[in-house]
Amino acid sequence: MNYGLLFRALLICVPLAISGCGQDSGTDSGTSGEATGMPSNAAGVIVDVSDANAQFVPVLSYRTGAYAPNGAPVANGFTDYLKLINARDGGINGVKISFEECETGYSTSRSIECYERLKGQGPTGAAVFNPMSTGATFAITEKAPVDKIPLITMGYGRSESRNGGVFPWNFPIYGTYWTAADVLITHLGNINGDINNLKGKKIALVYHDSPFGKEPIPLLEKRAEMLGFELLSIPVTHPGVEQKSAWIQIRKQKPDYVLLWGWGVMNSTAIKEAAGVRYPRDQMFGIWWAGSEPDVKPAGADAVGYQAVSMISSGQARVHEDALSYLYDNGLGSGERDGVGEVLYNVGLLNAALVVESIRTAQSKYGEKPLTGEEVRWGIENLDISDEAIEILGLTGYMYPVRLSCLDHEGKRAARLHRWNGESWEYSSDWISADDSVIQPMVKSASDTYAKEAGISTNACDS
Amino acid sequence: MGFFVEVLISGLMAGVLYSLVALGFVLIFKASGVFNFAQGAMVLFAALTFVRLLDILKDTFAPITLALIITIAMMIMLAMAIERLVLRPLVNQPGISLFMATLGVAYFLDGFGQTLWGSDIYTLDIGIPRGSIFILESVFEGGVLVAKEDLVATVIAGILVVTLAIFFQRTRIGRALRAVADDHQAAQSIGIPLNYIWVIVWSVAGLVALVAGVIWGSKLGVQFSLSLIALKALPVLILGGFESVLGAIIGGLIIGSGEKLAEIYLGPYVGGGIEYWFAYMLALGFLMFRPQGLFGEVHIDRV
Repeated sequence: MNYGLLFRALLICVPLAISGCGQDSGTDSGTSGEATGMPSNAAGVIVDVSDANAQFVPVLSYRTGAYAPNGAPVANGFTDYLKLINARDGGINGVKISFEECETGYSTSRSIECYERLKGQGPTGAAVFNPMSTGATFAITEKAPVDKIPLITMGYGRSESRNGGVFPWNFPIYGTYWTAADVLITHLGNINGDINNLKGKKIALVYHDSPFGKEPIPLLEKRAEMLGFELLSIPVTHPGVEQKSAWIQIRKQKPDYVLLWGWGVMNSTAIKEAAGVRYPRDQMFGIWWAGSEPDVKPAGADAVGYQAVSMISSGQARVHEDALSYLYDNGLGSGERDGVGEVLYNVGLLNAALVVESIRTAQSKYGEKPLTGEEVRWGIENLDISDEAIEILGLTGYMYPVRLSCLDHEGKRAARLHRWNGESWEYSSDWISADDSVIQPMVKSASDTYAKEAGISTNACDS
Repeated sequence: MGFFVEVLISGLMAGVLYSLVALGFVLIFKASGVFNFAQGAMVLFAALTFVRLLDILKDTFAPITLALIITIAMMIMLAMAIERLVLRPLVNQPGISLFMATLGVAYFLDGFGQTLWGSDIYTLDIGIPRGSIFILESVFEGGVLVAKEDLVATVIAGILVVTLAIFFQRTRIGRALRAVADDHQAAQSIGIPLNYIWVIVWSVAGLVALVAGVIWGSKLGVQFSLSLIALKALPVLILGGFESVLGAIIGGLIIGSGEKLAEIYLGPYVGGGIEYWFAYMLALGFLMFRPQGLFGEVHIDRV
């Protein structure tokens, strides 16, 4: 007997045979259902990309790497919603959705590769891209007008891209970083009785040293100048596992508040480091990308009292019940059952709902068939999701009305804060609107500068 | 002055943790002349295995002990597999071939670990005390704040280093390891079993990876970023020398304290966020004067 061959075979086969022993039951959280083998009841729910009658939606996701704990639930929520539309509604007005996931690892270069690979898929090409990364959004923004594919960047991307006159293909629906930063400053003002009482206060921004982390700085600097508070900007390098020096500075400077602009493991590490230097967690406020379960659970009791601005919090509405019954009860869920309704799952789900409603809106003009990116762009720009529509979608309480226009690609500029109580997130503020008299001139100035450098028109809405 | 001491102490303690990762590199380099790029992946794999087993075995009578024993067994099996499938076919091949092979091992382990155990953040609590204490309160106003878990990590790392130093210097196997590192063929010709030695050294490196992974994992949670901590060990190795256990320790202390002091005192002048690259700059600065690193062996080749 060839013992060498037998030994090699065992080394390969035994680990594969036991793989999954550390996973909970249900669908593998690391890959989508279709990747792990299509169940027999997936017919009509998971549609082949080559289907000539299906609308293709590309999915850029990161289920591996340093940011996987945050990327996987977003991808689960996103793909679950697409599958649910097929399973429950038979598609969008009868047009089934096909999708393909491409693993980016939260890397800009790999995101571009995924974009290039997926943009031409399906009968009409990609309907819309959700880059799921600010760095990738910066890069793809240059490509989208050429390829005529719109970008929905819900809660991330370029803040000035809400200006449809300069960025006709970008849609930062549900808030930009400038909106989030201004909501946080307004909230701090509310805590102090009046926003003008922030004068003389010290506010530290602990940020991920990347385009994402740097994005709020112009707004905060502007607000510091207007309101008279001192802004300390403290960068943390990727991926954010080593923050000791940042928090020693916090301990020395004793800021009144810390704004945490992190992503991935940086957030839980920051909360632990804050506890280590005895900085009160109830004086820490995160961006919405620092306000989910993976950001607080690893920090345990140290995270209690920490707050973050929120696009959508945790919990389950009727749409979640549908996802559980149509998908998870049939073994078609993208992730684990327990993850349905967590913050980032809901972010992904909401993101997909915006995509689907954009396609539905576009169908009202172009017909019930697979549409091109250019046609879907019209649908996004003319989105008008009312309270009644939200009720029909089963998202009441988890979504606010959205109405966009050619010039305004952001919609309502408001958010709530939620606080971690050790077990779950609970809302800690009412809706807070950003002050557009501050943001609008910045948007105008930044988008004009972009247009000048890129040599493009600033009045795409005039045509 | 108190603030300076606090920064210095926190840097030294971070340095000890870097040293812990660097030790794994040194062990394998000493024994095989291979720069093991997979050491970071081994840290992640060991920690992931341990934390997930801890969860699976949580209802047993001794979950930590059982998880530890099984994880150690898996790391030894991994060492055997690497020796059998990767190293043995490459005996007497150029060092760069072995290095490239470890690159492949790193990618495999990163993916395999996450496929097997999942890619979430897993909280690891093995009873290491949390929180912080004030020391030197009578010397400096307000005292110096030190994290308890960093103190424990320092003690564990210290014990590990002493044990490894004795292992290399005083034991028969340790001397055999050093002989293999000097020359594979010469070591084989005097009867040192090369394959056996490699299994031992990769197993020991696996154990060091487990200790590093458990300590880092209890600080950060066990997740993919643990594998990136290996990048923190590189400047330590450049500075301390690839073949010296003592160099890994001293290098770690210099890098840890240097990067923290630089971030605090130089960072504000250049926009901050410099500690990551400053560590490499510091190491490169040392290389200008001692290319073999602080404690590396000087190689003189007759030409």
